Amino acid sequence: MLDIPHLGYIVAAYGVAALALIGMIAAVWLDYRSLSSQLEALEKSRGGNR
Amino acid sequence: MWTLANPTVFLVLVRRTLPVMAAATFVLFGLWMAFNAPADYQQGETVKIMYIHVPAAWLSTFIYGVMALASLGTLVWRHPLADAAQKAAAPLGAGFTFVCLVTGSLWGKPMWGTYWVWDARLTSVLVLFILYLGLIALWRSIDDPGKAARATAILTLVGVVNLPIIKFSVDWWNTLHQPASVFRMGGSTIAPELLWPLLVMAIAFTLLFLCLHLMAIRNEILRRRIARLTMIAAAEGDSLARAPTPEMAR
Repeated sequence: MLDIPHLGYIVAAYGVAALALIGMIAAVWLDYRSLSSQLEALEKSRGGNR
Repeated sequence: MWTLANPTVFLVLVRRTLPVMAAATFVLFGLWMAFNAPADYQQGETVKIMYIHVPAAWLSTFIYGVMALASLGTLVWRHPLADAAQKAAAPLGAGFTFVCLVTGSLWGKPMWGTYWVWDARLTSVLVLFILYLGLIALWRSIDDPGKAARATAILTLVGVVNLPIIKFSVDWWNTLHQPASVFRMGGSTIAPELLWPLLVMAIAFTLLFLCLHLMAIRNEILRRRIARLTMIAAAEGDSLARAPTPEMAR
């Protein structure tokens, strides 16, 4: 396995791609969680005011 | 189609379809791992980089096409979700183009002897990446969402001229990058043992993008609801502050 020529380039390419894809998934998911909790808090406070 | 213009209907649709699409994406990535694609007779195992580079490259232009269609929706039909779709796609397009550029560079070094050359294909994809960043910056630099949507829609449509340049650059100019080998007149030139895992990976990448895009559009809808509720709350607070107190009324 380790004697594959150019193994470092292959591993680096997959590593960068995995990081970028996981980063995009995490960014979208965390944004959703943050927005959901903000919206919930706003709706609660509006409900409380009435 | 126009029913989906209603954000509430769209949110229901996302809630129903997202788990199925996410599961299909996982299955396809798993299926790709089950393939034991052989090494290329010339490139050896380095050809494995193709399975991430090529789908990322296809998506980089596909996402721009999606943004161009959404821009038409904003400018021509004023579709309520079109600008949300366009705004949500830009960071994803930048991400996939980044993957395309970096993996291409890491593939180029062992195969071409260099990480980068200023040839037509590489340069036009770099221009596409910069265009994505410019569109994200333009969205963020204009406060009024309506004005921002129209400005980015116009810039997106201007940038469409880059898509045929990317596609045909390898035919129009002498480039270090190889010409098209999958979607070409006369059929694919890639051996089926290498082509099938590539197609599976391309579908997996596309499904991943669709999942992320639906989620990001949903985020945009929530962001707008928050902005609207905040403005209503501020207006209510303002009117309460201005309401005459009994002492003032006397």
